[in-house]
Amino acid sequence: MRHIISVLVENKFGVLSRIAGLFSGRGFNIETLSVAPTLDPQISQMTIVTAGDDQIIEQITKQLNKLIDVIKVTDLTEKEFVEREMVIVKVSPPAEQRAEVLRTCEIFRGRVVDSSPKTYTVLVTGDDKKIGAFIELLRPLGIKEIIRTGKIAIGRE
Amino acid sequence: MKITGAEIFVNALKKEGVDTIFGYPGGVVLKVFDVLYGEKDLKVVLSRHEQGATHMADGYARATGKPGVVLVTSGPGATNTVTGIATAHMDSIPLVVFTGQVPTKMIGNDAFQEADIVGITRPCTKYNFLVKDIRDLARTIKEAFVIATTGRPGPVLVDLPKDVLADKAEFDYPSEVKIRSYNPKYVGNKWQIRQAAQAIIKAKRPVIYAGGGVILSNAAAELKDLAEMVQIPVALTLMGLGAFPGRHPLFLGMLGMHGTYQANMALYKSDLVVAIGVRFDDRVTGKVDEFCPEAKIIHVDIDPTSIRKNIHVDIPIVGDVKFVLTDLIREIREMQAAGETWEAIPRTWHRQIDEWRTEHPLSYEWDEDVIKPQYVIEKISEMAGENAIVTTDVGQCQMWTAQFYKFERPRTFLTSGGLGTMGYGLPAAIGAQMAFPDRLVVDVAGDGSFEMNVQEMATAVIQKLPIKIAILNNGYLGMVRQWQELFFNRHYSSSDLTGQPDFVRLAEAYGAVGLRAARPEEVEPTIRKAFETPRPVIMEFVVNREENVFPMVPAGGANHQMMFGADRKKSEGRLRVARG
Repeated sequence: MRHIISVLVENKFGVLSRIAGLFSGRGFNIETLSVAPTLDPQISQMTIVTAGDDQIIEQITKQLNKLIDVIKVTDLTEKEFVEREMVIVKVSPPAEQRAEVLRTCEIFRGRVVDSSPKTYTVLVTGDDKKIGAFIELLRPLGIKEIIRTGKIAIGRE
Repeated sequence: MKITGAEIFVNALKKEGVDTIFGYPGGVVLKVFDVLYGEKDLKVVLSRHEQGATHMADGYARATGKPGVVLVTSGPGATNTVTGIATAHMDSIPLVVFTGQVPTKMIGNDAFQEADIVGITRPCTKYNFLVKDIRDLARTIKEAFVIATTGRPGPVLVDLPKDVLADKAEFDYPSEVKIRSYNPKYVGNKWQIRQAAQAIIKAKRPVIYAGGGVILSNAAAELKDLAEMVQIPVALTLMGLGAFPGRHPLFLGMLGMHGTYQANMALYKSDLVVAIGVRFDDRVTGKVDEFCPEAKIIHVDIDPTSIRKNIHVDIPIVGDVKFVLTDLIREIREMQAAGETWEAIPRTWHRQIDEWRTEHPLSYEWDEDVIKPQYVIEKISEMAGENAIVTTDVGQCQMWTAQFYKFERPRTFLTSGGLGTMGYGLPAAIGAQMAFPDRLVVDVAGDGSFEMNVQEMATAVIQKLPIKIAILNNGYLGMVRQWQELFFNRHYSSSDLTGQPDFVRLAEAYGAVGLRAARPEEVEPTIRKAFETPRPVIMEFVVNREENVFPMVPAGGANHQMMFGADRKKSEGRLRVARG
């Protein structure tokens, strides 16, 4: 099962490598990973999406906790949470379908962030399903390039 | 007054109570070695290879319980410590390894003798540091010692760039440091401990499975109390040997791949396994599903990741073994006092164990003409005394020592358990002898393993360390050959070491004493002579070439299905020696 694990870490050099090394060294998988500083510039927040059975997830959270630079580990999947991911897609549709791109973008409450005579660059945020659906609809219109942020998530109060 | 980084380094070590540094100099750390020149309170042991220095520090740490300290230069000096660091990491041994580094401005430039040692050792240290600013130096050294020695101990590496060692700063050594994200838990959960106590007094077929954690937490006395109080038999892991007296009637011996029949059967038939300071290593459990299928498991360990890593645990207790056992014993006493129904462990359980003991005792076939390696170990065990420290290399020599040597006290058996590092024994013996100049230190080596760090003979001789090295010379990589015999159609591929040097003359070349025993009746006089010689001695025992270590559980097999080997068949005119 997929889990979203939120990890507070010391904002020091080498920390990302320690986390990545833990996953690779023990054969755990990272699906997505995002890192950014928190309000306290000495602390960073990582959101890791990983998959495994209960025993593996228990090991992952324990092993993360064991790392000296890790301050707190929360498995968000165990609680209510909000997740978002952002995708930017560069589409180069045939001339007759340029309008279709804009329509699709509108349906998904996306924004056109750049355009050229042959391409549109559109941005959409949402959860996994929404992003997936958006990409599937754009695919037949001619996706040139695509970039995703990986998930960020936060627990609900 | 401002002093240099090199001086800060030396002063910090003194504040930590370090008395011995194992090391090897080189370009970027010359400033430190210059400060150490003529230093009276800090002894520097110059090894002949940085791997040797690291194993020496490891042997020193295992024998004393204090952290071992290593100082080497950058690049190859640093990379040569990696095997030693990984060895210590697998066995949770506290080391602080200081490596020189090229000046901060040159880091990343592929400078001469530059290696990203912090990157290289990240997976095999408990933690590591690169000190980039002299103002961080003292605090970083303090943190390194704190991290190495607390919680589940382990090696910590501190990388020291040349310019940091040359810069000047005030020396202000913190008496303690707080690391917000590092708070090891020592005291076990009260409720869980009560659950464990209840399970223990209700158990009908309990067995203790204890390991290195008991030794690391100095809890051998508590383990003995617990076992005797409830009369629970005790099986030890390789790392645990010495944590419970080897001649104690409740002692089952080592368990696992080359463990005793009674230990493995007791676990297999048990209804309650009390696992203390162990990690359910694959060499211990064999096939996990058949390890202790009928048992409830209590698992005490300071490292939460050890618990439920590869086996389901019913009562997990995270905490230091000494703290937890003390609480557990108190809890059981209170239950006793409160008149809690005490179901004494049925005599049938002990009787059953005794049956297993007699059914397949540790044994080997005596030979009048050829030295049996097991016999050498038995003799050393008889003659060395309880206080002797024994180190081993890895392979058959290690397993025979584990099986046939009676370890009575903790910190007397130093061996590379987790990583299985050949070449560990000699330098570890040097480290232990540096710590305890007056105790007998014996290294049981194989002819293969011995050569992996043979250069440290020079260190032993120069330091005038009277270590005794027993080489069980069979001219093979014995354990490799054993596996090839049993599982690879006797294809002795690259395991035949014929053409080894003359170890007696090798000893003499180094300035040590060399002795050779080629017949069984020469074994005892050779050992006696070695023990009486106040100098480093190599005893070469020319042993039966194709002797195997039995019993044995084939890799991945179930522990209750052990192989006992063909050499158990009694042959004409030969006496089978059986020892429990």
